[in-house]
Amino acid sequence: MTDSAQHPLDPNEKLDLPALLEGLEQYRPRRKGWHWREPVPHQRLYEFQYRETSRNLEHSVPLPAAHYFDDIDPQPDCVITTEIASGRVEDDIRRMRMAAWHGADHMMVIRTAGQSHIDGLLEGTPEGVGGIAVTRKQVRLTRKALDLIEDEVGRPINFHSYVSGVAGPEMAVMFAEEGVNGAHQDPQYNVLYRNINMFRSFVDAAVAKHVMASADMVQIDGAHNANATSIKAWKVMPELLVQHAINCAFSVAVGMRKSDIALSTVPPDAAPAPCMRMDLPYAVALRDLFGEYRMRAQQNTRYMESDGREATVSHVMNLMISRLTSADIQSTITPDEGRNVPWHYNNVHAVNTAKQSLVGMDGLSEIVKIDRDNPEFQARVRALKERAVLFLEAMVRDGGYFRSVEDAYFVDSGEYPEANDDGIARESFGGVAEGTIVPREADYLAPVCFHFGENNLPPGVEKPCHPIGGCTLCDPDKIPYIDELDPEDNVEVRLARTAEVREKGLITPEVQWAADGIVVVTLFLPASERVAEVAALELGRAMNLKDPEVIHKQVMHPAEGTLIELKGRLEAFVDPATLVIPELPEVLSDEDIREFVAERDVRCVAATVGMDEHSVGLYEILDIKHGGLEKWGFTCEHLGTSVPVEKVLDAAIEHAAQVVLISTIITHGDMHRGNMEKLADLAAEKGVRDRLLLISGGTQVTDEQARGWGMDAGFGRKTKGIDVASFIVKTMRERGM
Amino acid sequence: MARDDTFPHVRRHLDALSDEQLEARFWELTQQIVDPLVALAASHTSPSIERSVLMRMGVDSQTCAAVVAECEKRALLGHGAGHVLLVCSQEWGCDVVAAAGRLASGDGWETVDANWGGAR
Repeated sequence: MTDSAQHPLDPNEKLDLPALLEGLEQYRPRRKGWHWREPVPHQRLYEFQYRETSRNLEHSVPLPAAHYFDDIDPQPDCVITTEIASGRVEDDIRRMRMAAWHGADHMMVIRTAGQSHIDGLLEGTPEGVGGIAVTRKQVRLTRKALDLIEDEVGRPINFHSYVSGVAGPEMAVMFAEEGVNGAHQDPQYNVLYRNINMFRSFVDAAVAKHVMASADMVQIDGAHNANATSIKAWKVMPELLVQHAINCAFSVAVGMRKSDIALSTVPPDAAPAPCMRMDLPYAVALRDLFGEYRMRAQQNTRYMESDGREATVSHVMNLMISRLTSADIQSTITPDEGRNVPWHYNNVHAVNTAKQSLVGMDGLSEIVKIDRDNPEFQARVRALKERAVLFLEAMVRDGGYFRSVEDAYFVDSGEYPEANDDGIARESFGGVAEGTIVPREADYLAPVCFHFGENNLPPGVEKPCHPIGGCTLCDPDKIPYIDELDPEDNVEVRLARTAEVREKGLITPEVQWAADGIVVVTLFLPASERVAEVAALELGRAMNLKDPEVIHKQVMHPAEGTLIELKGRLEAFVDPATLVIPELPEVLSDEDIREFVAERDVRCVAATVGMDEHSVGLYEILDIKHGGLEKWGFTCEHLGTSVPVEKVLDAAIEHAAQVVLISTIITHGDMHRGNMEKLADLAAEKGVRDRLLLISGGTQVTDEQARGWGMDAGFGRKTKGIDVASFIVKTMRERGM
Repeated sequence: MARDDTFPHVRRHLDALSDEQLEARFWELTQQIVDPLVALAASHTSPSIERSVLMRMGVDSQTCAAVVAECEKRALLGHGAGHVLLVCSQEWGCDVVAAAGRLASGDGWETVDANWGGAR
């Protein structure tokens, strides 16, 4: 390990990727097992008391409106997930750091397409598609980065991936060795969605789950996929209960604790269906039946289109169901998942949607309750449970799990017992890896720990790994490490390609990978849908965007216009060394300003000058309500709008003011310049220039111009009262006024 | 098989059950379905399981793949690939990782045959 990789992260420095890669062969996870947030009952933050929050972070980015509330960043009580799928480990970990700063503490790393069918482990850091090739090096690098990131934000971070596919037991062992904290594991997922042989899936799953339990991993099941693939999601609810039950009972039977088993549950429906009324009885029935297990509340993807706004609203409704029922882990789906692999900032948006909604609904369930006595609601909850029981009875009657899968019981579009004969059917003697399970012989032996099933240890051996002097789960020094197998497709080669950008700190837009150059342009085009789509591509080319592509369109009116979101690649880099960045004026503390103003009795005269009726901006600077000068005790004489410059100056002399503030919004015919120069000249003529601070403000005003035209300062757009107050106090001090 | 929603008729026998009894029935039935799956898993193994055993013995993934593939070919998985490795390491007086390397290179399988002769 290099020094830089061992040091705590500096919030002002980017992750040092090359340094993180050094010394990986020796890196060991510092803990195993899942971390649940620590609830803080009745936590007080700013002026508020919370009912459902947990320990604060040391470093974070609060919600945008937090600056009205002393910048508090309350953390909900449940773990918040973000799904990471850039396909490149070096970009994944940068995104994890951003997501962690916004409150994610469950990094769910999606696997590359096709990995579930690879019979064995991959090694190295090859690039993935729609996710990452999960390998020991990728896992170790990620865990090492997360160890630093969790120290930076001040909360343990759970790292999660998938123990599914035909290499489940191996994946489970590697995860247990490398300190992965949670994983998806559900043999039904293999069977239904990956067409992996049923016998193989369950035989492997038992060993995988047993190993996961040894490392206190949290398991999430795969039932949500039935929702995502169903034709009519509102019909699939009884089956979802059955799928959850099979995985839960199987997991417990092979050695998992119930408290480590999470149901992946998703509100099945979305508007324009009356989705909350349809989904709440299901959420309640589920929690009635599975009260001893954990709830991983997933968000709906079944009805997700390319509209990020629509997806976000669906997710907020899902979050309300979480708050009205329960969630131990609140998963998030990025609002762009309906159109592309998630982008950096959409991970952050999704995490913030969860944080904002959960905090906003904090304690709501104390006063807004589900009416369980409502006859319709009660009947529906009962009916869902009865339908699930009927489903199970039929499975038993028909010969058990394998026979029922052969008979296409699952993912049928009818609500059981209704059936439409369109479920997924799999053959017991078919599918990927068919014919690969083998009966254990009378002398079967596996001299390692945490092995599920028949194991004929030699007489006198109590600890299974004694005959080999310890296994990797007992002695981590025995864990072997393979670095890279592919000399081209690996992290070092990819980093070398972007080395110049990274080392010089060149700036180019990015959504997914370092220096990918991708930008999105939002266009309203006054044209019909098809015309707008083609016109947008032309406009994209006119903007010098490479590979322009329409990623979202929405009709505003069939003839009047269409909203388009256009993606393209910008081949431009900015070297920050060439930028002239004006320094931000330093602001003084509230007490410092207040003391000075009280001591000197600072008085201001203010007006919008010339023929100008704008008043909003000036009020923002003066009014106590807007955090203006009055807040610190300045006496402000506001003369109104369209005031002649002469009158302003006369009032300043009359009130013995030290400060003159003029607002000038209209710039037509250089009106603002004329007013400023006139004020400065008049003050000089009347011999009061040295006694006054002349300040102008307005949307088009710059400090440089205002000083050039005789003012002491100019303030433009986005100026706050504190900026003006600080300037006045500092300048009066400097000048001994 | 396509079927109309027969729920109102087929649910009648559940009518007498309280909510608690219905939930208990749900879990009893689930257990009936799961028990044979657990028994199948406890009495069988697979190439991935055997590779996971070798991994836990300290063998790297590529060597695991080579040794287990050969064990599978020789119909030895039912005895346990880790068992094969343990026997070889004991007979050769080396550690299990070295024994795995030797077997992966195609060497030493006569020791295996001598112990489980005819397994093929």
